[in-house]
Amino acid sequence: MGRISLRSVGLGLAAPVGALVFALLVCGVILSITGHPPFSVAEDMIGSLERPRTIANSLNSATTYYLSAVAVAIGFKMRLFNIGVDGQYRLAAMLAAALAGASFMESLPSVVRILLTILAAMLVGAVWSGIAGFLKVTRGVSEVISTIMLNAIATALVAFLLNPDRLAVTVAGSNNIGTAPITEGGQVPGIPYSGSSSDVYGLVALAAVVGVAYWFMLNRTRFGFDLKATGESESAAVASGVNVKKMVLASMLLSGAVAGLVGLPQLLGDSHSYALDFPAGLGFTGIAIALLGRNHPIGMAFAAFLWGALDQTSNVLDLSGVPKEIVVIMQGVIVLSVVIAYELVRRYKLRLEQRDVGRALGTTKTPEEVQG
Amino acid sequence: MANSDVNVAVRTGTVHALVGENGAGKSTLMKILYGMQRPDEGTISIDGSPTDLTTPADAIAVGIGMVHQHFMLADNLTVLENVVLGDEPRSGGGIDFKAARTKIKDISARYGLGVEPDRLVDELGVGERQRVEILKVLFRGARILILDEPTAVLVPQEVDELFGNLRELKSEGLTILFISHKLDEVLSVADDITVMRRGTTVASVSPGEVTARQLAELMVGSALPVPELRESTVTETPVLEVEGLTVTSPDGRAVLDAMSFTIHAGEVLGIAGVEGNGQAELVEALMGIRPLQSGRIMLQDKDITKLSTRKRRDAGVGYVPEDRHRQGVLLEATLWENRILGHQTRAPSARGLLLNRAGARADTERIVEEYDVRTPSIDVAAASLSGGNQQKLIVGREMSGDPVLLIASHPTRGVDVGAQAAIWEQIRKARAEHLAVLLISADLDELIGMSDSLAVILRGKLVASYDPTAVTPEELGSAMTGAGDGGPHD
Repeated sequence: MGRISLRSVGLGLAAPVGALVFALLVCGVILSITGHPPFSVAEDMIGSLERPRTIANSLNSATTYYLSAVAVAIGFKMRLFNIGVDGQYRLAAMLAAALAGASFMESLPSVVRILLTILAAMLVGAVWSGIAGFLKVTRGVSEVISTIMLNAIATALVAFLLNPDRLAVTVAGSNNIGTAPITEGGQVPGIPYSGSSSDVYGLVALAAVVGVAYWFMLNRTRFGFDLKATGESESAAVASGVNVKKMVLASMLLSGAVAGLVGLPQLLGDSHSYALDFPAGLGFTGIAIALLGRNHPIGMAFAAFLWGALDQTSNVLDLSGVPKEIVVIMQGVIVLSVVIAYELVRRYKLRLEQRDVGRALGTTKTPEEVQG
Repeated sequence: MANSDVNVAVRTGTVHALVGENGAGKSTLMKILYGMQRPDEGTISIDGSPTDLTTPADAIAVGIGMVHQHFMLADNLTVLENVVLGDEPRSGGGIDFKAARTKIKDISARYGLGVEPDRLVDELGVGERQRVEILKVLFRGARILILDEPTAVLVPQEVDELFGNLRELKSEGLTILFISHKLDEVLSVADDITVMRRGTTVASVSPGEVTARQLAELMVGSALPVPELRESTVTETPVLEVEGLTVTSPDGRAVLDAMSFTIHAGEVLGIAGVEGNGQAELVEALMGIRPLQSGRIMLQDKDITKLSTRKRRDAGVGYVPEDRHRQGVLLEATLWENRILGHQTRAPSARGLLLNRAGARADTERIVEEYDVRTPSIDVAAASLSGGNQQKLIVGREMSGDPVLLIASHPTRGVDVGAQAAIWEQIRKARAEHLAVLLISADLDELIGMSDSLAVILRGKLVASYDPTAVTPEELGSAMTGAGDGGPHD
């Protein structure tokens, strides 16, 4: 960890690269079987990546995915499976949108408005995941079960609140309904990407800040150490003085707070309102990306971009009559194979290290030297 | 661990002991013989023919059986079910329990194991469980038995019984490879002894021609440490006062029953007892890991009964846990990260709410140096060190930051003689500087040699106390099983 050796970087990359290659092979075989030439499909997809618009859209998807992955990873580091990121961000985005679009916010300066929106989203996300944390700590309820159930409750709650009688208004000229549109002072302007008709979300910066904060928390703070220690060995953490219940609650709250941010880049940068067509299911994508990026702040960034790029380039497949679901197959194969590959690499690395220790001891000291 | 140039010849129908320090390569050799690991070079011949062992199944097929140090039995199954598990004799579509029962009774009678096939493993004592393990291996047709530290979990009386069984097996023509570092036992039971040091075989001797001391010196390659304290450093200042400590198990049984004792500054209190008589509960209660039913714990006149584990550690309690993999280290974390464990809130590992990585690394280097932790660097994962070296790191860490009380559970279990001496010396040194120590150990020589006062724990109570200068291991042994007359109770 302290020293970066060529070997450890190589081993670190071996698993994701291997999984990617394997997934490409599998997809190639499937394409061939279904009568589509794999190489021309790949060419189409790579070709579409050369368009600035595809890159900008990939970055936008990646921003959202990354936030979702960090939320999941905070739980993973503690061996907590927060499947509830999905419900947490949808509820958070909806309530934050309602707040940001409320008329009393109009009088506030733009920065304050945006910050308030972000805080509200984090708070809602934290409260929603906090319920699961609280149940686990007090009643021993598995967070897997409770977060899945909270997802369903969040869906129902959003449907209930998103009603013209309550927080929603009808969207002009359609039968869609959504929260009151956020006026310009509450929006986060996009960053123009040259040659692209769509901007990059301004909140890509928020994702970067969250990534850095996540890295700092894990590697530099006592809290992060306790978190990792609990994940690696709960019994050892307890013996070292970690209060595991407190850690479970704290990490669920933290995970939920980050989950609350997932919907914001889209909300404040593009749709400006939480409507029925607001993207759902991002929480589950986050699980896949956290797995692929191995909960590592940089690894997840690459994984998020890969995912975003796969999603965006798949649009081109419709034109050539290739079902775009091939990309979903590919994503699935990547995740499955990477989990296996990581475990293999982990074992191999430990064996290498043990051999190194053995060799170093065999050569650096002879028995006679040790006695002296 | 690298093994190189290992040469062992085991004669049929003998007990062959393999001795060596921890990290000497005994376990690696065992794994190779049992097909769990492959050698890079060299051959293994059985009855003169070279054999290639790639999986434990291969080893079993050529008649090699392994009795692991930690029993691998399912408590809620009967002996019969445990024995056939994984090697069920079939009759038609089902398991032929009848044939298996007959076979078990045969084997048991033939080798004098006294195993009853229909008892629940849960009801068996440690010695009986071990015999079930041996029978399991014989059931699979083993002619060569590997026993990995079989006496580590036994009390002296059980050890004698085991040795009786081994002689029986030997007289029936079986070959036994016996791994141990308890030399008296090796000398009493083995026909041949091979000594390993630093991954290679250094000597083959027969028990008649060496003493335990000479054997130990062959193992370490130097003169031997003896567990002994010099002049008494016991003061009048109480450091730990325990009153009426009671801990109950989930089913309401008292596992610690109104226990009271005091440890003074500069005093080592040794606790002797057969495992499972409340030692683990006592230690965890003192550390704040296990909740108390009632009782009071005072540390330096401060009531710590309600304090969290972290606050207790911060108040100066060091803790060497019984099971280092479970409670002592993070196996996949580096050595310097492991240095931080348990010291997350204190210098040199922390600065405010942040970690002090440089401080932790520097102090890890110090521990590696002072405690002779053998590692190429402090950046390797704890899992890549041998058990003894992990233990030295743990002891070094727990002695950091001037603790006032050290709770040490089996501090030298599974460590080599050299490390043992180092750990004893550090405890002596800290004791001279007024450290109070609660020492729990299964090694009676260590207990007698290192304690200022000795108490015996039996079924959650301190039943007897002894003067360590006047007691023998045999006396302690019988008090531990509840058979002794006991010393004057205090």
